[in-house]
Order: sequence, then C-alpha cells, then structure tokens
Amino acid sequence: MTFGQLPYDIAHLLGGAMLLLSFVLLYQRRVQAVINAFAMQGGVLALAAAWQGAMQGAPELYLTALIAFVAKAVLIPLALRAIVRRMNLHRSVETALGIGASMMVGVAVVALAILVVLPITAGARAIAREDLALALSVVLLGMLMMITRRNAISQVVGLMSLENGLVLAAVGVAGMPLVVELSTAALVLVVFVVAGVFVFQIRERFDSVDTAALEKHRAEGTWEAQRADGAWEAQPAEGTWEAQRADGGREAQPAEGGRDAQRPEAAWNAQRAEGRPEVPRHGGLP
Amino acid sequence: MQTLGGILTQALHLALMLVLAPLVPGLVRWLKARMQGRRGASPLQPLRDMRKLLRKRPVLAENASAVSEVAPYVAVVATLVALAQVPSFSHGMLLAPLGDLLLVAGLLALARVALALAGLDVGTQFGGMGAAREMSFAAFAEPTLLVAVLTFAILAGTTNLDAVAATFRDGQLGLRVSLALAGLSLLAVALAENARMPVDSPGTHLELTMVHEAMLLESSGRHLALWEFQAALKLELWLALLAAMFLPFGAAPGGAGPLAWALGLLAWLVKMAGLMLALAVFENAIAKMRVFRVPEFLGAALLLALLAAALLFVSTGLA
Repeated sequence: MTFGQLPYDIAHLLGGAMLLLSFVLLYQRRVQAVINAFAMQGGVLALAAAWQGAMQGAPELYLTALIAFVAKAVLIPLALRAIVRRMNLHRSVETALGIGASMMVGVAVVALAILVVLPITAGARAIAREDLALALSVVLLGMLMMITRRNAISQVVGLMSLENGLVLAAVGVAGMPLVVELSTAALVLVVFVVAGVFVFQIRERFDSVDTAALEKHRAEGTWEAQRADGAWEAQPAEGTWEAQRADGGREAQPAEGGRDAQRPEAAWNAQRAEGRPEVPRHGGLP
Repeated sequence: MQTLGGILTQALHLALMLVLAPLVPGLVRWLKARMQGRRGASPLQPLRDMRKLLRKRPVLAENASAVSEVAPYVAVVATLVALAQVPSFSHGMLLAPLGDLLLVAGLLALARVALALAGLDVGTQFGGMGAAREMSFAAFAEPTLLVAVLTFAILAGTTNLDAVAATFRDGQLGLRVSLALAGLSLLAVALAENARMPVDSPGTHLELTMVHEAMLLESSGRHLALWEFQAALKLELWLALLAAMFLPFGAAPGGAGPLAWALGLLAWLVKMAGLMLALAVFENAIAKMRVFRVPEFLGAALLLALLAAALLFVSTGLA
C-alpha cells in the first residue's frame, strides 16, 4: 500500500470533489441547482489547476486556473441563469432516465473508467492512475448527463462538465503546452456560444427546450415516424383512453400554460390523435 | 496498570455517555430554537420528560404481545453495548479489543429490528407504516454503513473500531478522496438512522411523513421513556462515531494518565458541541424530503460509499 504526501493528497481530494460534483449534477432535479453545481465544479477545477501549478512550479497553470474560474465559475453560469430567466423555463429537469437509474449508470461508468485506466497506465505511479481515473470519470459522467437529460440547458451543462474533466486530466500531466490550454478554453467558449444560440433556436421554433421535440423531424423511416403514422391510423379510435386524453388535452388547450398543456405527453398525444402537424405549445409562454 | 486504566476509562466512558445522552437531543433542539429566534425549551427538557414518563405505568393495547414489552429493553441494551465500544475521550478502553465496526452495525440493526417489531406488534396502521418505511430506508442505510466500513478497513487494515480511530488519529494516512466520500455517505446514513431532518422530521407528529414517531405511537409510560432514551443514545453514538472517525484529534492514547484523559475529554466535548451545532444549522437550513425521495437520497449515499471503495482499490493497486 502506498500513502501519498499532503500535496498529492490535496490534488486528489480536489479531483474527488469534481467527481462528487459530477454526481451532484446527475442528482439534481432543478435547473437552478444544476447550474449552481456546475459553477461549483468550475470553481473546484480552478482550485485544482492552481494547486497543480503550485505543485509543479508551472506558472502557466495559474492562467488556466484564472480562465477556468472566470469562464466556468462565473460567466457561463451567469449566462445560463440569464437564459433560464429570459426564457421563463420550467424549473424542473426532465430526465430521459430516472435519477436513481442514472446514478447507478454513473457508478457503472466510473467503474468502466477505472477498468480502462488501470491496464493502460500499468507502469505509472498509483497517484497518476487515480488522477486519470477521476478525470476520465468526470468526462464520462458529463457524457452520461448529456444522454440522460432532455432539457437542452442540462445538455449544455453536461457538455461543459465533460470539458471540465478534460481540463482536469490536462492539468494533472506535467508539461502540457499552454497553447493547447488556451485553444481548449477558446473552444469551450465557442461551443458555449453555439450551444446557447442553438438553445434559443430550439426555443424559438418549438416553444420548448425539450429536445424530444426534435425527434419528430428526423428522417423518414425511423421508428419515431412510423409510430407517428400508426397513431394517425388509430386516430378515429372509439373512446380509447388515448383519444379521451386527447380530448381532454384539446379542451385544456385554450388555457395557455394550463395544467394539461404543461404535460408534454398529453399535448403530444392530442396532437398525434388530431393529426395536426404543428408542434404543441407548452411551457409558460410569455 | 494498562488493565486498570482500561477499566477506569471504560467506566468513565459509560457514565459519561449515560449522563450526556438525554442532553444531546435537548441541546440540538435548543440550538435550533435559538437560531429560529425562539427561546426554546431548556436543554434539560428531554431529561424531565423521561423522568416523568418513567414514573408512569405503560398502557398496552389488548392484543399486544410480549414483543411490545421486551422490545424497548432489547433496543436500549443493544444501543448501549454498541455505545460502550465507540471511543470518546480515550483509546484503549476495556472493551476496545471487542469493539468492531461490524459489531456496532449489527447491534444497531438489532435495535432497529426491535423498534420495527414493536411498531408492528399492535397492528395499527401507523405502526406498520412506520415500520415498513424504517425497514425500507434501512435496506439502503445498512449496506452504506458496511461499504463505508470496508473503506476504513482497507485503509486501516482492520475493522476494530479502536484501531481504526487510532490509525486516523496518527494521521499517517493523510487526506484521502475515499475517506471524504465515505465520510459524506456516513453523514447521510447518520441523518437517516437518527430520523433527522431531510429524512424524517424529529419535532413533529405530522401523520403522513413520520417514520420514527409512527412506530412509537402505541408505547407509553416507561416504555416510551426507554424508546426516547434509546433514540438519544443512538444520536449520541452516531455523533461520537463521526467524531472518532473524522475528528480524531486530542483523544488520549491507550495507557495514558488522567491528565491526557482530561485533555481528551475537553477535546471530545468541543467536538460533540461542534457536531451538534452543525446538525442544528443543517436542520434549520434544509427542508424535509418527500418520503419517496429518501431511497434515492440513501441510494446516492450508497453509491458514494461504493465509489470510495472502488477508488481505494485503484490507488492501493489491489484491483
């Protein structure tokens, strides 16, 4: 058994904190809390980079830390918060997979990261192995978050968190060129801008940031389209609950932002049953 | 000399625990009230309640079996035996060689089973509901505790509570990610085990949400006093356990003299006061969770503990 010295322990602890915050991101149900957790993760990343800079005696890492802090702990969370406020979004995160299930998949993903890192770093010190395993776990958990959340804001946060993991891996390795750091940071900002514009576009088109609304517009012949066709044929159904619910949905439709209109499936079914080509309007419209 | 010191510290430890136990919930309640701007009941209030209840005869339901009468004693004794093994101000107590984290977990489970059986015994809805909830929470809380114990065992090389605490006190392990993760999961388990805020609301009898209180609705008189004493002992045990594991500073080593004991006692009292303050702040800051979200909360704690163990396997090269 090897037990490290204090500097390495602190670096580890910061990496562990980032992993923990990735799980917190997966656990949260409210958009606001997700953004807060993401800001905290950015702050911890900045601390980790600064600590590595002090440990390795590499002053350029302080710059990385500064960039991480300003961009990820301050600017991007503020921008995300502004988006949420301006779009008057749902406060809850819609999940494609339940919270408990996604946490379990998350642990499986961490196990995968460990299994991957172990054989390829067989010669390295235990500390480097653990650091790499932590960073890869953060990357994979960010990816998992993008997969399991239907809300575009959460997906953006997942992408940013994935990038946090990349930076964490990069700062742990001594002698990472500054150019790479800077270009990564610039790339992230560009990605954020693109994602933000994308979110706005989705919202403008579909009045929702639920990416499930996009599925309908995928190429023909997908199962989604087939299912939509099937629903078309079933449209004149006599008093099936689907049709009944659709009726209920239609009645509730005039009240914009009403109870039924807020439930995506109800509105969807209504629209399918009626065969209306438009996409339902749900969510609190201004 | 060593044995004498062991006997003496063990006796002092038990006396201290018994005297302080009723004060712990009282103090937490008082601190919470002060933070909310209320004057609050005196910290001695639980002691007064218990004294009053002890003088009263228990009233049992007609269909109550022997379980209702035996269960409180079983629970109190099990908790007390577990508490005797958790080091407080000094290591190397008489029971230290027996004191095992797994044994503590088992004794706590025994106390929980007694409580759940007492809740089920009379056959009222609330008792049964409370017991069902308690056991379903336990299904997550117990494995979490055991996995956290596994983490400690890998780090310290033993599951003996005294030895683990002594290893942590020496500080040769340094800061470990696994320890931090295991600590967080233990905190969540401690909140659930003691029916504290996000899991259960300790100060209310709100019918639909209560867990712990629901099982005690049918008990009265000295049985109720015993149950309340057991709850106080359990809270004290968890605080002492957390203090011994994660704040191991200042405790007297085994075989030390009275001066070291006095210092250890002072340090221990400060640690306990700090933990109680933290608990009061936390409970004031947080809202109660829906019952159906509790398994999720405890499941997250379990996953964290698993993560801690998995990372440890990597860093120690065992995997």
